[in-house]
Amino acid sequence: MLIEIQDLCYTYGEGTVYEVMALDHVNLKIGEGEFIGVIGHTGSGKSTLIQHLNGLIKPTSGRILFEGKDIWEEGYDRRSLRTHVGLVFQYPENQLFETDVLTDVMFGPKNEGLTKEECEQRAKMALRQVGISEDLYKVSPFELSGGQKRRVAVAGVLAMDPEVLILDEPTAGLDPGGRNELLNQIKYLRDKRGITVILVSHSMEDMAVYANRLIVVHEGKIAYDDTPRNVFTHHRELEKMGLSAPQITYVMHDLKARGLEVDTRALTVNEAARSILMALSLRKSMKTAEAQEKQD
Amino acid sequence: MGEITLGQYYPTNSILHRLDPRVKFLGTLVYIVALFLVRGPVGYAVCAAALISMIVLSKVPFRYVLKSLKPVVLIMAVTMLFNLLLTPGEVLWRFWIFKITEEGIRMAAKMGIRLVFLVSGSSIMTLTTTPNALTDAMERLFGFLKIIHVPVHEIAMMMSIALRFIPILTEETDKIKKAQIARGADFETGGFVKRMRAMIPLLVPLFVSAFRRANDLAMAMEARCYHGGAGRTQMKPLRYRKADYIAWAVVAAFLAVCICLSVTGW
Repeated sequence: MLIEIQDLCYTYGEGTVYEVMALDHVNLKIGEGEFIGVIGHTGSGKSTLIQHLNGLIKPTSGRILFEGKDIWEEGYDRRSLRTHVGLVFQYPENQLFETDVLTDVMFGPKNEGLTKEECEQRAKMALRQVGISEDLYKVSPFELSGGQKRRVAVAGVLAMDPEVLILDEPTAGLDPGGRNELLNQIKYLRDKRGITVILVSHSMEDMAVYANRLIVVHEGKIAYDDTPRNVFTHHRELEKMGLSAPQITYVMHDLKARGLEVDTRALTVNEAARSILMALSLRKSMKTAEAQEKQD
Repeated sequence: MGEITLGQYYPTNSILHRLDPRVKFLGTLVYIVALFLVRGPVGYAVCAAALISMIVLSKVPFRYVLKSLKPVVLIMAVTMLFNLLLTPGEVLWRFWIFKITEEGIRMAAKMGIRLVFLVSGSSIMTLTTTPNALTDAMERLFGFLKIIHVPVHEIAMMMSIALRFIPILTEETDKIKKAQIARGADFETGGFVKRMRAMIPLLVPLFVSAFRRANDLAMAMEARCYHGGAGRTQMKPLRYRKADYIAWAVVAAFLAVCICLSVTGW
């Protein structure tokens, strides 16, 4: 197992009037090369959960193992852990600070203690991976557009060459074009470099397309941990948690309720379209068969 | 949900919490004046009784009141020490150039009690009043200064905005700090120069975001036609209720008693 979470609890503001239990006995195992989606209502504890994975938050109780080692053990090098587990925060463009794009992306590798040449090489590779062209390398990050800033910030984490990439709502506030581009880029990285991706998102549609495992967090507990297809069969329960299944799931359920034999487990619009067409042609052939029977 | 709770407001529902902030503000002032008026043991007993009944009425756990004394312990110690050593009078002990007098001991004890009463008394006010309610009260109480062209409303508005931004910026700092730590930044080790340099990745984004927020807020206020205090009404104007009048009476009675005690020297 790459990452293992055992019995993790976390309480905010312990011992004060504002005490809140954010995570309640969470157990998780994350394997290499997985593409995991994490969903949950605002305040469900998902952001707290992911910040535990690279040792930014110390658990109130429970253990987190990375490659079998407890990251809160005495003498564990959590700084180097953070180069293995890269975390891209929500609105990561707010963390840009350098005078130009390339130097900003080099910040991570520089902290790893690499030479200047290596840093530059890593930074350029990361920038290429997120699709930032070379003529922007020397531009101030504050002059870029929102989407470009976001991609530069993601590159800042990618440049550390992590084995696990965690992204907290990376597409929030991006236009549809920008979000697909970013998500496709992440998927491409995972497919090509074999990194593990953990994606926190509110968009069920994105989860349906990209994730191969979906974790639903509700009130500090893990409510579901399964393939998106299986999780979405619980669309009624998801609604009770303030979430929803992809819109296509509802369309398919409605169609089935009206007597069309479609597969309600379809995840994407394409899958649904195929299933509907199949059901329609099936119905048509049945009708013609019936008609023929009558004629005979 | 920060580690820093703004001011030290303790959210609960007590008579003191519901009281009009103006009463609490002026009441605290009266209490402080009274502390310096009284001279004799009876006077101190009256002040102590007032303080204890306020703590009980506020429903704030006693340790929160004690906690507020922590930052002033040093000042208190220094004040008491000076009073102890520098008050002239009948000498009890002599040590090198220092001498301790009977009057000195009495003075130091009085000073200590006064300071403890003063700080815990005013912390009762801040524990039971949100900073915003307090600014509101000040705006109303100092409203008369408008006559001599002091922009009272604007100052109060700036105060409440500044107060509102403290938790936001704290949270933002925390977020940026975490994000940079996630990129391998090190805020904890190294000498002074290295640590100062390590602050750059934290401070630059923080300033950028503070300016952006200030701009956004100014825009949002203008979009709602904000143009200063002239002719502006409040959504929830402060209004005295029955409990507030009773509180005023109690405060007045307390002050009267303390003045009498001060005159008689009890």
